[in-house]
Amino acid sequence: MKGSFIDNLPRIYGIYTGGFIGFIVIMAIAEQMGLSAKAIGIAFVAFTVFIYALIGYLSRTAQADAYYVAGRQVPTVFNGMATAADWMSGASFVAMAGGIYFKGYGYMALLVGWTGGYVLVASLLAPYLRKFGCYTVPDFIGTRYGGNLARFCAVVVLTVASFTYVTAQINATGTIASVALDIPFQYAVYIGLISILLCSMLGGMRGVTWTQVAQYIVLIIAYLLPVFWISNKMGAGFFPHFMLADEVARIGELEQQFGFVANSKEDLALVPKGLAGITKAHSAVNATPWAFISLALAMMMGTASLPHVMMRYFTTPSVKAARKSVGWSLFFIFLLYSSAPMLATLSKLSLIDPTLSTGIIGKSIAEVQAIDWYQNWNQANLMFISDFNGNGTVELNEFFMGGKAVVLATPEIAGLPYVISGLVAAGGMAAAMSTADGLILAIANAISHDVYYKIIDPKAETAKRLVVARVLLVVIGFAGATIAAMEIQGILGSVIWAFDFAMSGLFFPLVLGVWWKRANRQGAIAGMILGLVSGAWYLVWVRSGGSGFLGITQLTFGIFGSAVSLVSMVIVSLMTQEPDKATQKMVDNVRVPSGKTILGKQH
Amino acid sequence: MSNQTKHWEKSRGLLFITLAIWFVFSIGIFLFGAEMNEVTGPFGYPWTYWFTCQGSLGIFVILIFWFANRQEKIDEEFGFSEREDEE
Repeated sequence: MKGSFIDNLPRIYGIYTGGFIGFIVIMAIAEQMGLSAKAIGIAFVAFTVFIYALIGYLSRTAQADAYYVAGRQVPTVFNGMATAADWMSGASFVAMAGGIYFKGYGYMALLVGWTGGYVLVASLLAPYLRKFGCYTVPDFIGTRYGGNLARFCAVVVLTVASFTYVTAQINATGTIASVALDIPFQYAVYIGLISILLCSMLGGMRGVTWTQVAQYIVLIIAYLLPVFWISNKMGAGFFPHFMLADEVARIGELEQQFGFVANSKEDLALVPKGLAGITKAHSAVNATPWAFISLALAMMMGTASLPHVMMRYFTTPSVKAARKSVGWSLFFIFLLYSSAPMLATLSKLSLIDPTLSTGIIGKSIAEVQAIDWYQNWNQANLMFISDFNGNGTVELNEFFMGGKAVVLATPEIAGLPYVISGLVAAGGMAAAMSTADGLILAIANAISHDVYYKIIDPKAETAKRLVVARVLLVVIGFAGATIAAMEIQGILGSVIWAFDFAMSGLFFPLVLGVWWKRANRQGAIAGMILGLVSGAWYLVWVRSGGSGFLGITQLTFGIFGSAVSLVSMVIVSLMTQEPDKATQKMVDNVRVPSGKTILGKQH
Repeated sequence: MSNQTKHWEKSRGLLFITLAIWFVFSIGIFLFGAEMNEVTGPFGYPWTYWFTCQGSLGIFVILIFWFANRQEKIDEEFGFSEREDEE
């Protein structure tokens, strides 16, 4: 091929996409010829992970700026895809449609929050941090406010938030690997971890960038193909996003007809842990405005403070490209997020509508228990029916399902070939791996660059710095996997906490660093420490039975944390000396796109 | 007033407009979620339902591209846009 690697990107990923589609077709043919479901699952996961590892190996580097910011030459659209993969975690892929399925409107605040946050990223932060030329987010805090303490506080907040997040992602890779490869979860977690490290260890940010683009392509095909296929198969419309209004209305009718019957405590005790029934309306507004808005707001501010997302915009060639790249990121995220409610609608209707052949409500218990897919998913502990009222038929309140089943089981329920289920497993694996890679790299880079190089040993050689960075990557990965293996918190809960931690400690120190010249070191340190501590205190207080106030729950504690952070940062800044002339000049320079970056190319 | 001050004032103006639009579609309309959901909206979905699963999300995408273009124009106007050879 002629020209540089960057010039050839569209062609390289075009061939890659074609190759992947070819692989799906080969698997489909193999299935017709009698290849077992288990073999297909293994083939999908093993093949895709092998490709990512290969990309990771080809992207190996010994240069600091390639390792930390992919050489700052990632084109706008490709950075958009990589950010989308970085962003959409195992939770978005596997759990989101399930959340919408069970909780309806109240849960959809997450859709608004996880997209609206990008407006804040584009307008308040990304272009300015790109102009700054930093390698990591604490790099910005440390240089803007000056001093090792500010830098160190930023590393602490970053580590708390990202580590909370990463255990959930390693957990998700483990879950998928254990189902697809049919091995126990405790081992599968480490197989997931090794796949994750293969992508990032040799090439750092460069390796992660090019694997994330590849992972995005896999995960978006794996999400959209079943949604379109199911919609067409059910006759719901060939383009589901524009054509499911009748189905949404039909679910509303059925809800009216069946009614939401509350189960007694004794009955619910029989339901396996983690499964839920349909108890909330599908499309009706069933949350108070504040419950909805506070959750959306917390997720938006959290988005703008999460370092693994922010550092993706350090890799673009220019400030202009950083802004456009945020738009592309959100576009690629939009493709999946706008499909999740459609999948939830199709999944729910196909299960509860008695006039459809797949519907199980109203059928006899024995009949449902004899269905193949029910037996499979019941065995996997993701589906359960029980005849509470003893009338012999399945009622709406007698059918329980795990949140993950909406994505994982719907293709099988709708009667799609098993090759689609294998594809979905590969997609979920791609989503969880790409996010885990971004997060582990964010933590390892912050510690190796900001703590080791900037604070402990500023004279270290590049080679030595990169060895430290890689060792940290492995250590943090194993720490994350060890905690993930204990299975403490569900996937979604810990993801939301990560957002709250990040916004508590980092949102205002970052934003005011650009937008308020008067903000100084003392203020920023107070904002980070008090914000993080008060947010964490609120979480512990509510978890241990505290009543909370202003309707702030354990999912939105960041609103309290960031409010404390803002107030303390402003008060302390105003009570202490204003930043020196050099710092003020630096802020002026950050605000114009042209000219040299604040920090040099190698620093 | 220096060139740079004027550039920053205009950039700040753009920020306020962007954040105002953002506020309306991420927070403002959901104050009236229940009322708005009674009305049929695009493609036959109820309005609030449509906003949460497509409308607001799509508006955010368009808003970011619009903001990026406007900011580029402002940068050009004051001679602060990046040259290709810079780095």
